[in-house]
Amino acid sequence: VSAPVDFSDVQGLLRFGYKHHTESAFALLRVHNRAAARAWLAAAQVGSAAKGPLPPTVLQIAFSAPGLRELGVPEPVITGFAPEFVAGLGTDPNRARRLGDVGNNDPAHWQWGGPSEPLLPHVLVMVYAMPGRLDACCLALESHWAVAFELVRWLPTTDMGGVEPFGFTDGISQPEVDWSRELPAEDHDSLAYRNLSCLGEFVLGYPNEYGRYTVRPLLEPVGAAALQLPRAEDAPDRADLGRNGSYLVLRTLRQDVPGFWRFLDAQAGGDSAERQRVAEAMVGRRMDGQALVAPEAVPVQGVGQDAAARAQNGFTFDADPAGLRCPVGAHIRRANPRNADLPPGTQGLVARAVRMLGLDSAVLHGDAVASVRFHRVLRRGREYGQRISLAEALARPVAPVETGLQFICLCADLARQFEFVQGAWIAGSKFAGLPHEGDPLMGNRLAAPDEPDTARFTMPREGCPSRVIDGIPTFVDVVGGAYFFLPGLRALRYLATA
Amino acid sequence: MIPPGHFMVLAEVLPGHEPALRELLARMNSGPGQADPDNPLLPFGRFEGLHFLRIAILDDATHDDLAAHGVAPTPLPTYLSFFGDCDGPGGDQLDEFAHVAPDGLLQVFAHCVACPPRAGLAAWLRARDLPVAAAYANWTGRTARRVREERAIAEALARRVRLLGSTEPGQLQALRVQLLAFVTAEREQGRLLVTADPPTPLGWWLRNLAHVVAIPLLGLVALPLLLLYSPLFIWQLRRRERADPEMVQAPDPAHVAELATFEDRGITNAFTALGSVKPGRFRRWLVIVLVALLDYAARHLYGRGHLTRVQTIHFARWVFIDDKQRLLFASNYDGILESYMDDFINKVAWGLNLVFSNGVGYPRTQWLVQGGARNSQGFKNYLRRHQVVNSVWYKASPGLTAMDLARHGRIRAGLERTAMSDREIEDWLRSM
Repeated sequence: VSAPVDFSDVQGLLRFGYKHHTESAFALLRVHNRAAARAWLAAAQVGSAAKGPLPPTVLQIAFSAPGLRELGVPEPVITGFAPEFVAGLGTDPNRARRLGDVGNNDPAHWQWGGPSEPLLPHVLVMVYAMPGRLDACCLALESHWAVAFELVRWLPTTDMGGVEPFGFTDGISQPEVDWSRELPAEDHDSLAYRNLSCLGEFVLGYPNEYGRYTVRPLLEPVGAAALQLPRAEDAPDRADLGRNGSYLVLRTLRQDVPGFWRFLDAQAGGDSAERQRVAEAMVGRRMDGQALVAPEAVPVQGVGQDAAARAQNGFTFDADPAGLRCPVGAHIRRANPRNADLPPGTQGLVARAVRMLGLDSAVLHGDAVASVRFHRVLRRGREYGQRISLAEALARPVAPVETGLQFICLCADLARQFEFVQGAWIAGSKFAGLPHEGDPLMGNRLAAPDEPDTARFTMPREGCPSRVIDGIPTFVDVVGGAYFFLPGLRALRYLATA
Repeated sequence: MIPPGHFMVLAEVLPGHEPALRELLARMNSGPGQADPDNPLLPFGRFEGLHFLRIAILDDATHDDLAAHGVAPTPLPTYLSFFGDCDGPGGDQLDEFAHVAPDGLLQVFAHCVACPPRAGLAAWLRARDLPVAAAYANWTGRTARRVREERAIAEALARRVRLLGSTEPGQLQALRVQLLAFVTAEREQGRLLVTADPPTPLGWWLRNLAHVVAIPLLGLVALPLLLLYSPLFIWQLRRRERADPEMVQAPDPAHVAELATFEDRGITNAFTALGSVKPGRFRRWLVIVLVALLDYAARHLYGRGHLTRVQTIHFARWVFIDDKQRLLFASNYDGILESYMDDFINKVAWGLNLVFSNGVGYPRTQWLVQGGARNSQGFKNYLRRHQVVNSVWYKASPGLTAMDLARHGRIRAGLERTAMSDREIEDWLRSM
């Protein structure tokens, strides 16, 4: 029997979205005085994942690799983390090319997190507050940080009521985390899409979907600080610095709301219903969050059984291989193609073997992407900036509007989860065999060296040729970002005191 | 049909010449590792039937891993490898290189032991052309010329369909007639070409047929012996699977950074990896048999757009070098390496395990097919550790994935159909 999760050692963000804490702001800090910084971190009251009465404010703390170095964490411990975390998000041109962070999205132009050292954060402090409580909390923090830290900037957020700046209901599709550890810690094929993910996909120190433990620093249990750490399940003689922690990706995504709606309006020739229809096809959902395809007859594991949950999340694209209802290139279909380890079909031993060997040509085309269970992320983003209505977006002339998403996701394996989804599915110009188009919302539209045109979106139609929309401008720019380690609470104490 | 061909010239690099050779190879490129098709040394773009070519210096950083098996690694030479995939026999392609670009080739191979004489360059290349142990072509008989012609047809038709604008539903047959007429007119004007394939060479056809029959026949003949041997085989295998050392530690970050510099410059990437076969006769014979079976499957079971479930590989090859002490694997694949490796792990781990578990340091397998690559992190580390930088890499049709090529093939095939149902026309139009 697997040991139960000690929620008091897990930062709350892994379990909660803090939706009652409608106000939030994220501080990007650089260590100014190591001793003072460590003292503040050691004493900081960080919200855990244990359930209890809602506190008026909650702090969550994460570190970049340079931050760990600045706090005096020894180099061999740092290199025990994932290489992507150690290298960082915005400092490697090869990574940037892979993730589509080129052109407008080039880290060299970022407001924070790019290769320029003074803009590289060491510590991320996330503040979540009940209505009306944020400002006082942030002011108090700033006075406490006066000696310890230098503030790179506050990343503000705006409560847009669960709707992202383009006007779509957001944050619907989330993997259900197997906190009770029901899923067996072993490697076997998953023959149906499920929304329930192994704990180890998001929380370090637990078995992942392969039944294995993701790399993280395992330490000699010597010294008072290390002795406080939990032991590694897969190496009981080692202290597990990763346990109950996660990797956190934070990217500031600026959204061009007037640009988005005005482009679609032109495409629709001013027809408001058509404008909305094309926008919904690009996103892959209706604006109210309803799926474009019907829910599965068989319930999807990890999706609530009430009608609302099923309509929003209890679906796959198995019955819509050509993308007639939800285009194959739609944003949500790229971000989560909702498939299993084998293409759909009968479950007999022979039928499975035929599909495993790739000899069933009828299902091959839909098998370009598979096994999404290895490529899920837990999203915790928040909107920022000014919310503008559709009418304002369409009005001319448009005053410049600063708005977008503080995109946050959590995962245990940066390469296999965040970087894979972003690089192969979102930024890739050949997703699922589509000839040449980037993500309709997120695409950077840049011509790759051998790919002249990625600014398209294809909407297959019944009984006639697909509708192809081209010349799509960029709607979303990356203007900042970094990789962080969100430690467990005992690991946080270790980092602040060892 | 023109069958696909492969060539691989392997020549020992003269001691101390590696830096100068690397510098020379870089001069063939327009970007890191990306061949300039018009470079003066070897203008790759001039060779009609060439699909892919790469030049890589094979320095095996993992050779010392052999020590974990209690075997003292014998020093091996550093090789210059020059290999690619073409239409028709690989030897003929080498002759054409020697004929068209002797000066460039002589400059390159001047850095190798027993460098070639100008007069006998073609023979020198042919003498060093290593046979492939197993080869996979995404589509048997799809020539480089056909790739170009089908691309032109697909692009012209896609433009045409969009020019015709939003057709009303129910006009599919009429639309098809229009498109067929358009292509016919374009062909008459010489703007689109559909060159018929020459007949399949009789010798190749006979050899292929013989291969189709011979391998299963051989298996059938050997079956009684194999059955008798199987208990011992299982014991030998399981004992080794439990004991063989794994070497799946994280690769050197500097090595990964160098590899990454050469990757993702376009939609297709080149992968080259090299490793030692586990010492001893058991593994040696096992890998020989399994690679032969792999070759059989790749040639006769696949070669129609996919290798098992993987549809992103254009060409792949497995080559034994140094008297089967080492195995080289090379492929041309679409997308980023992370997604290529994940295809390996999630779609075809069993297939990789069969062959590569006979390599030193491979993640532990059970029963030859289980485990292994499913240790995803260990497997990725293993691949990265064994991966070699491709100094020069040429692709004849940039921007096209293997799935694009298959799609273009379907579009062309649609032109040749006498009649299509509405449903078929819908699919045909969607592929544009």
